[in-house]
Amino acid sequence: MIPASFEYRRAGSVEDALGWLAEDPDSTKLLAGGHSLLPLMKLRLATPGVLVDVGRVPGLSYVRDAGDHVAIGALTRHRDLEISEVARAFVPLLAHVAGQVGDPQVRHRGTIGGSLAHGDPASDLPAAVLALDATMVADGPRGRREIAASDFFRGFLETALEPDEMLTEIRVRKAPSGWAFQKFNRRAQDWAIVGVAAVLDGDPRVALVNMGSTTVRARGTEEALAAGADAAEAADRASEGLEPSSDLHASAEYRRHLATVLVRRALVEAAAARG
Amino acid sequence: MRVTVTVNGTTETHDVETRMLLVHYLREIRGLTGTNIGCDTTSCGACTVLLDGESVKSCTLLAAQADGEEITTIEGMAAPDGTLHPIQEAFHRHHGLQCGFCTPGMVMAVASLLKEHPDPTEVEVREGLEGNLCRCTGYHNIVQAVLAAAHSGELVP
Ligand SMILES: Cc1cc2nc3c(=O)[nH]c(=O)nc-3n(C[C@H](O)[C@H](O)[C@H](O)COP(=O)(O)OP(=O)(O)OC[C@H]3O[C@@H](n4cnc5c(N)ncnc54)[C@H](O)[C@@H]3O)c2cc1C
Repeated sequence: MIPASFEYRRAGSVEDALGWLAEDPDSTKLLAGGHSLLPLMKLRLATPGVLVDVGRVPGLSYVRDAGDHVAIGALTRHRDLEISEVARAFVPLLAHVAGQVGDPQVRHRGTIGGSLAHGDPASDLPAAVLALDATMVADGPRGRREIAASDFFRGFLETALEPDEMLTEIRVRKAPSGWAFQKFNRRAQDWAIVGVAAVLDGDPRVALVNMGSTTVRARGTEEALAAGADAAEAADRASEGLEPSSDLHASAEYRRHLATVLVRRALVEAAAARG
Repeated sequence: MRVTVTVNGTTETHDVETRMLLVHYLREIRGLTGTNIGCDTTSCGACTVLLDGESVKSCTLLAAQADGEEITTIEGMAAPDGTLHPIQEAFHRHHGLQCGFCTPGMVMAVASLLKEHPDPTEVEVREGLEGNLCRCTGYHNIVQAVLAAAHSGELVP
């Protein structure tokens, strides 16, 4: 399988990338690790006219302790996040989840920015950053803006980013303990049928993988926890208001059941880890 | 577009289509057909090569993305006199292959794995190879081969 023809440009800076995006935002795509975009292009499900390779833009791969939060450069690869000392110390959920993405080869190429900007409900990192109350930093022709994770994931492969914007940094709150991640799949390397990221440090946050057209919070569970419910009671409300899809791997009903089971496990594990 | 890529220590410059995948570049332009194309969907790992020492699936990279980089393929593993690389030697000794189709990708994935985990546990080997499918061996002998290679004392860290 070979992608349709396109023009390839390699950006040396964010300014390069933004300038080229602005020329024709609707038929120009940024290429970061390429591990979501190239498979789509090979299937001809995506046929951008211009590909702007940001993979080598310097200065956008870092995991930094920024005092009250941790700042992560959009081009940070999954593998680098997985082994980052700063991530392991202050946001171990994120380091752990990065290590659960695909396989080592995928983690050597894929970036956190690409994973979030792609907006796939089956992806793991969006749930992790949602549970960590992340703020996305986007640069564009109208300057820089910050987008809360809860406003970022809009729909299937759709985020709050405008076509002429680039995600440059992700900021997450520190949560050194009281977290858990549950991913249920049938084979190694597979995407989650359902996944759960839970953070009980501070306001309880529970985010779900593959329980709707985009990454979602389990609001019913969060409400129940805030009202003092135990793990099992809170987990019973995991899919409240959600509409998971049915596909080859699982029916919607099975996903709802799985969400209840996995949320309960995640809450028990996170509570135990909090001590 | 023009790309300059160092493959197994040899640097060459060629004109390629922007959409040319790295695996096709290696096989068709560089004539290195040891790297196999299996699933062509980033799943099976048969096309695994090293990019700057790290395992990647060459069906999901553009040749353009490898411009200026260093690639190692299976052809770059044995010594010039044909002496097998310790990982290849271990696959041979422990019968870590049957049909051999996945083997080049396996060996490259193992090279990257052992760089990250020089002294892996069996679980680390199994998880570290989750991106490579073998339909003959049941993995058992591959895992034995990797553990033997790691403990052979012959790998340069
Ligand atoms: C075999 C396989 C298995 C996988 N398994 C999993 C899994 O289990 N869990 C999981 O979560 N993911 C999985 N993935 C996806 C993987 O995590 C991708 O790396 C990731 O989703 C995309 O990151 P990328 O850097 O490769 O983005 P790209 O493919 O380069 O880009 C993806 C999209 O985001 C846009 N984009 C990229 N960077 C930016 C930016 N900075 N600003 C704005 N837009 C941007 C691109 O234009 C494109 O539309 C898998 C992928 C493969 C191939």
